[in-house]
Amino acid sequence: MSDLHDLQNRKTGLVQGSRLVDESSLRERLILLFTKWEVLLSLLFVFEIVLFTNLSPYFFDYFNLMNAAFTFSEKAVMALPMIFIIMSGDIDISVASIISLASFAMGNAAAGGADGAVLVLIGLAVGLGAGMFNGFFVTRLGMPAIAVTLATQSLFRGISQAVLEDQAYTKYPESFSFFGQGYIGNTVIPFELLIFAVLALLMGFILHKTTYGRKVYAIGNSKEAARFSGIAVDRIRFINFALNGLFSGIAAVMLTSRIGSTRPNIALGWDMEVITLVVLGGVSISGGKGTLPGVVVAILLLGYLKFGMGLMNYSAKVMVITTGILLLVAVLIPNFLDMVKANRKLKMQQALNP
Amino acid sequence: MDPILEVKDITKYFPGIKALDGVHLCIRPGEVHALIGENGAGKSTLVKILTGVYSITSGQVFLDNRPIEFRNAIEAQEAGIAAIHQEASMFPELSVTENIYMGHHLRNSKTGMIDWKSMKSSTRELLKKMDLAIHPDTLVKNLGVAQRHMVEIAKALSLDARVVIMDEPTSALTLREVEDLYKIVRQLKKAGKAIIFISHKFDEIFEICDYFTVLRDGKYIGEGNVADTTVNNIIRMMVGRSLDQLFPKAEAEVGKRVLEVRGLSQIGYFKDISFTLNQGEILGFFGLVGAGRSELMRTIFGIDPHSAGQVLLDGKPIALTSPKKAMQQGIAFVPEDRQMQGIVLGLSIAKNITLPQIDAVSRAGVLNAGRERSLTEEYGTAMEIRAAGWQVDADTLSGGNQQKVVLAKWLATRPRILILDEPTKGIDVATKAAVHKLVSDLAADGIAVIMVSSELPEVLGMSDRIFVMSEGRITAEFARAEADSDEIMKAATGHSIQQRETNEGEMEAGMMEAVMMEEEKG
Amino acid sequence: MHTNRTAAVKNILRKREVSLLVLIGVLLLAVTLRAPGFATGQNASRIINDTSILIMVSIGQFFVILAGGIDLSVGSIIAFSGMAASMLNQAQPGIPAFVVLLVGTVIGVLLGMLNGTLVAFGKVPAIITTLGTMSIFRGMTFVLSKGQWVTAHEMTQSYMNLPHGNFLGVSNLIWWGVLVSAVMLTLSSYTKSGREIYAIGGNRTAAKFVGVSEKKIQFMIFTISGLLSGLSGVMWTARYAAAVNETASGFELQTVAACVIGGVSIAGGSGAIPGVILGALFLGIINNALPVINLSPFYQMFIQGFIVLFAMLINTLSARHNEKMLLNRRRQ
Repeated sequence: MSDLHDLQNRKTGLVQGSRLVDESSLRERLILLFTKWEVLLSLLFVFEIVLFTNLSPYFFDYFNLMNAAFTFSEKAVMALPMIFIIMSGDIDISVASIISLASFAMGNAAAGGADGAVLVLIGLAVGLGAGMFNGFFVTRLGMPAIAVTLATQSLFRGISQAVLEDQAYTKYPESFSFFGQGYIGNTVIPFELLIFAVLALLMGFILHKTTYGRKVYAIGNSKEAARFSGIAVDRIRFINFALNGLFSGIAAVMLTSRIGSTRPNIALGWDMEVITLVVLGGVSISGGKGTLPGVVVAILLLGYLKFGMGLMNYSAKVMVITTGILLLVAVLIPNFLDMVKANRKLKMQQALNP
Repeated sequence: MDPILEVKDITKYFPGIKALDGVHLCIRPGEVHALIGENGAGKSTLVKILTGVYSITSGQVFLDNRPIEFRNAIEAQEAGIAAIHQEASMFPELSVTENIYMGHHLRNSKTGMIDWKSMKSSTRELLKKMDLAIHPDTLVKNLGVAQRHMVEIAKALSLDARVVIMDEPTSALTLREVEDLYKIVRQLKKAGKAIIFISHKFDEIFEICDYFTVLRDGKYIGEGNVADTTVNNIIRMMVGRSLDQLFPKAEAEVGKRVLEVRGLSQIGYFKDISFTLNQGEILGFFGLVGAGRSELMRTIFGIDPHSAGQVLLDGKPIALTSPKKAMQQGIAFVPEDRQMQGIVLGLSIAKNITLPQIDAVSRAGVLNAGRERSLTEEYGTAMEIRAAGWQVDADTLSGGNQQKVVLAKWLATRPRILILDEPTKGIDVATKAAVHKLVSDLAADGIAVIMVSSELPEVLGMSDRIFVMSEGRITAEFARAEADSDEIMKAATGHSIQQRETNEGEMEAGMMEAVMMEEEKG
Repeated sequence: MHTNRTAAVKNILRKREVSLLVLIGVLLLAVTLRAPGFATGQNASRIINDTSILIMVSIGQFFVILAGGIDLSVGSIIAFSGMAASMLNQAQPGIPAFVVLLVGTVIGVLLGMLNGTLVAFGKVPAIITTLGTMSIFRGMTFVLSKGQWVTAHEMTQSYMNLPHGNFLGVSNLIWWGVLVSAVMLTLSSYTKSGREIYAIGGNRTAAKFVGVSEKKIQFMIFTISGLLSGLSGVMWTARYAAAVNETASGFELQTVAACVIGGVSIAGGSGAIPGVILGALFLGIINNALPVINLSPFYQMFIQGFIVLFAMLINTLSARHNEKMLLNRRRQ
């Protein structure tokens, strides 16, 4: 009997010991993973603004800053559903090709005389369809997302290339130009920025305040455990891919309207940029961690970095290199911090139990 | 005789867990040494240290009286230590030969190239010595569970090791195969090798082992000659108290029938399963690893499909299409693999508890923080989860507390039927007793419980009725009063040989496809 | 005894290779029916010549996929090393061609090592690493060339002879393809490291138990992939007598396609080089057949995307079928 008593006492001791660890790790998690990453990004953003303001007299100008939003709003819109995709442990590298396909479909319809509203509907429908196509192969047939979207990356763009060859659609109706070129009322705020702001609020609400978002987090942490908790994992992943397609369709409308033409190579290389935005925003590439506000900060950070570098006359290619490096650094830093944290935890524990 | 391998005062930390704490072990040649302890006692950790997979935090290992530290698995192998690991450690897409030789391929001494011919002929010899009718070129994915296990053993033998570690080698073997294994163990012993034999089954320990060491909660408890001890003695060392305290099954009134399973089958996993379950009753499901128990429960919960049969709830057939449907019918399922299936490690305790009914604690898809909090508090408190707060992530909790979270999340759904798959696997003794008490109380409250367990004492102590499964079928049923451990073990292991013959007859009659595959593979 | 024979035969002639050979035969027959000039010896050697680079790079991709990763940066490594070698050749025509080849290859190795370091030691997933370096290396190509091209008349004859010359009536490029295939086949089947790639891709945990170093293997496979891409970059620019910034853009899909068609599991752990070679040849024949059957080359991208998706579908469905058969046999 005394044995039992002893045992229970020791157990309590152990639990208390581990509670100490729990508390500190909770604090660490909060500091490192949530607050700090976003605060760090925000500080970096402020630093960037100050830096470019000093480097170029044209940078800190209300009109210029607003106008710069034209250059990143489309990618920003695409990054929103990509958060859901990456959060739940999937990936989609076909989004830029979906733009090509949707833009091609709109160009084709415009050539046939369709008006602005119809074009928008076509763009959204093609995007949604392409996303559902991806989702079907990934969730219904159980094929890896990377492999499926690598194939559809070629398949989708391949369709517009096969038909358009080296030609372009350049005739779009006047009623279509507002979506990518218009301003809100008499302000200098681009309509594109408003689209992004509204969609960001909507998607942020879904991710952080609804059961759908909670399920996405659960799936990202463990598909298996989510399934055992009664969550229809594959249905949610399918919806994620469909949403990703739909938002690529929205981006296609914005982009096509803004530049007023469709070539097969439209938005080439954007897959990497969109994924960079999400990862830089603090969403873990292995799924389950991150927040939407973090990604919004990353969008602004990268968007104005490019704008600033453009003012400084850096070539587009240098920006591509910079984006690539940022993507890798954004993954490397948390990995490194995790290693340091695990080490420190181990040391602390040894100190607690000599 | 001088020890080959000696472990002195070893301690091992993982982040958040002290897995080993001052452990001793002394292994002599020509000896079968039983390493005994409950799940989570630290046996597997010790094995991984001896095979170079983990490093030690403090303490020392001696080989032939010289201190040694293995930096990786290769060094341990070269020092003559081979292990048959508990986890599936095979390469399904590779051949039997290569599975045996991976990590120590035979190579041509001149060119350094892999010598496939010698590897194949040695494999053939090895398999012949073990009486196994397996071709060396067969891909492992085409082998059955027991055959795979025998190949694992062949792999350890191929190393010509001086110390062979067998981690629960019989958990998936039939009686005949166990006899074959004993033969091999005795051969090794005669050749002067040392064997570390890890097992939960006392009959095995008393049949084959010479010496034993007991661990509990990562600590060294004691050692001795098997011939000089008794089962009760070892149990007392393992759990620190006697059995009746561990299994506090209270008498409960058995009510009306709630669940009936009729002829349920799933190709390749289980066949023709029928049983009934009543209110306030605890049904124990016992069997070997791979007998099909977990698969059966997964099907009843709607996770896996079925090929035939039906399940009736209150006399009405229900559709087994999704876990959500099962939950709506009042079925809850605590799965075997807590870390992978039971709990979402990256989410907080609160989010874990509300996860199964996240739709119920929200309005029109929008989360309701108040309702989430009250649900969490009610069940988290009832389960006595010890943590700094409900917002603590589940991965920082101990195994026992994690299991409490899993139980809380399912009890919060107010189930009528609770299915528990190995509910006390890998948790400490105190929590284990708490879980047993809880299950007993739930049954007393009228909940119908199915408990799958591989621990015979647990099944014997807790169940009103016991079903034994072997190779996908129910082979025996016992009422609590007439349950006998020998009879149960026999039903779990011995029945299969006769069973298999009749099955093959059926198959040839009906299934051309399968026969064709059989021919192809040979 | 019957058992031994069938299993042995099965090992020599794996199902996938046989069915691919049949498929290639049918494809050749079909194209020849529409364009009788297609299946001539001369055309065959042209197709093999055209496909040699794809074979080499696909073998590098094969190792990476086998270990459970993917290398999206191969096209960019080809572009960068090809550009660097061509510019060296242009600037210093006196340097022997094989030295230029060596320089281009070493550049490929270094870029591959960078990928390998990020994946093995930085714990960055292969997909993210190579998605990033794909852009970085491509951008570096532009920065290096300042957007300029190196064209035929700026290259030395001996440089262009690297692939174009011939030995025993067979072009050097084909010999390179054969040499690389033979060496890599030996590596994958007869060396410890080669088998360890299979181990890592098949079961990571089990591989650790038998002492396989995952880091070492990951570093090695990306280095090999870089090496073969670097070598191919030089060959590419010399063969087409042009180094442009868009060289081999989108080529990564073709290499993945060759692997998938060749029966390599995209999840890792299974596949073999003969299948990859046949997969590459299959693609090569299709690419060459397009103009013959009057399809514009603009269809190439679509067709390749379609083939990859289709091949993966076949792989997935056949894997499912096999699993079902196994279950049927296991217990009934």
